[in-house]
Amino acid sequence: MPAWTSPSSTEPRRPRRPLLLHPLAQPLLVLLGLLPLAELIWRIAADALGANPAEALIRQTGDWTLRMLCLTLAVTPLREALGLPALARFRRTLGLFVYFYALLHLSAYAWLDMGLDPAAVVTDILKRPFILVGFLALLLLTPLAATSFNAAIRRLGAVRWKRLHRAVYAVAGLALLHFFWMRAGKQDFAEVAVYAAVIALLLGWRLRGMLARRRSA
Amino acid sequence: MISSRERRLGLVHPQASDITPRAVFEQRRALMQRMAAGGAGAVLASWAARDARAQVAATVAPGQLPALKSVRSSLAGALASDTATPHKLVTTYNNYYEFGTEKADPARRAHTLKTEPWTVSIEGEVRKPMKLDLDALLKLAPMEERIYRMRCVEGWSMVIPWIGWSMADLIRKVEPTGNAKFVEFTTLADPAQMPGLRSRVLDWPYVEGLRLDEAMNPLTMMAFGLYGEVLPKQNGAPLRLVVPWKYGFKSGKSIVRIRFTEKQPATSWNVAAAREYGFYSNVNPKVDHPRWSQATERRIGDDGLLQRRRPTLMFNGYEAQVGQLYAGMDLAKFY
Repeated sequence: MPAWTSPSSTEPRRPRRPLLLHPLAQPLLVLLGLLPLAELIWRIAADALGANPAEALIRQTGDWTLRMLCLTLAVTPLREALGLPALARFRRTLGLFVYFYALLHLSAYAWLDMGLDPAAVVTDILKRPFILVGFLALLLLTPLAATSFNAAIRRLGAVRWKRLHRAVYAVAGLALLHFFWMRAGKQDFAEVAVYAAVIALLLGWRLRGMLARRRSA
Repeated sequence: MISSRERRLGLVHPQASDITPRAVFEQRRALMQRMAAGGAGAVLASWAARDARAQVAATVAPGQLPALKSVRSSLAGALASDTATPHKLVTTYNNYYEFGTEKADPARRAHTLKTEPWTVSIEGEVRKPMKLDLDALLKLAPMEERIYRMRCVEGWSMVIPWIGWSMADLIRKVEPTGNAKFVEFTTLADPAQMPGLRSRVLDWPYVEGLRLDEAMNPLTMMAFGLYGEVLPKQNGAPLRLVVPWKYGFKSGKSIVRIRFTEKQPATSWNVAAAREYGFYSNVNPKVDHPRWSQATERRIGDDGLLQRRRPTLMFNGYEAQVGQLYAGMDLAKFY
């Protein structure tokens, strides 16, 4: 196993893009990741969320969850394709943003659609398959988010940690199914298709790598 | 910009201002801009104002379309006492898939629709089939203003002051034969005018239908205007159906053909997904859509962001007027 696949080895041996290693790179990424939230807050304040602001908030937070997920899944392919091992440092940050926007998405739904009534939320989740699937994706994401710091990697051991974090592929599948099912009522799959294509491409890239490794083994 | 005084003068009925919360809307916008100025500085305020202007420019503001005279309806149930949804929201939050599937698409793209000349052909099981042009249709019966609640199957609702006449007036004129049991409404499907037809979302043209007695109910309305003016294109110009106790999609926009049939028509959404969209599609809080509850709704514009959803009423609140149409029917089966 090459050194760069180990999650704990974030320091590349020969940095080709020193900018990625700048001490401000990580805080800058956090700020960038918060921009969509800032924009939503701005639009709430300016009453610029359109005719149905509650629906807009629920959808936007869902969209950003999917976008962050795509970005997170894109890190490894980009890192290998561009030869930028330093990118690995940003994967966990992006992964945490997936969880962050997923939590916002759930909160917006629970608050704006369910009036923060826990019984109503539970009933709705159990009654509606597409919401259940979205909720399962979030549940599955929780242990990943909870183990996204270095001490957790040390305690679990890199191999087990990596195995656990492969659950992100299941999360991607469930998230896509959630989105597809939501849109199925109106048979409007254009956006679903875009996310599905991006995620399929990123997963296909990994699958190809896996097969190549198996063949060479 | 036309002043609210000029606008009031353009309307015939003096009560129009009661149902037009335009002043409220403008007040809210001024407040927004003050908030933006105070909270984020002058730069952001001017940014917000520019944004707001750009949005308004793309849509139809009140006073931009020809006025349509009407008298207030005296029909029972025709004047909901709910606060009318602001004009801007009624004309910018639309489902009109022939112009795109996003709510903002119709207001942005429906300008390509050509509403004149326009004819509606009335065919099928009638003694007097006819082709009526828009002029004849406008004069067919006295124009009435009716304030109807509108409930979308997606879980939101509006209150809209429509102008038009009861469908029954037209039906009596064409004299349905004894074979006529249903009325089928076909709406325009012209790819040259409607960019959304490229999508495979539905089989075009859009077809909807009612049972003859539903179409004869005086609440069933052929609408030619809203808010004192002719219909904006995104709302179904030049004429559309309005069936206030059914989900909004039952009310076809930009109608070109009305056919009386013996058999129940194959309607667009029912063909596309029969399990989710029944032929009747009556507003019913007890019959859920397979993927969401219909027990509550969000009133567009009226209810604030954190306002709880309001309970949905049986037949959208028109049970007294239409309940008898469904006596003895299992509404969970005939959804």
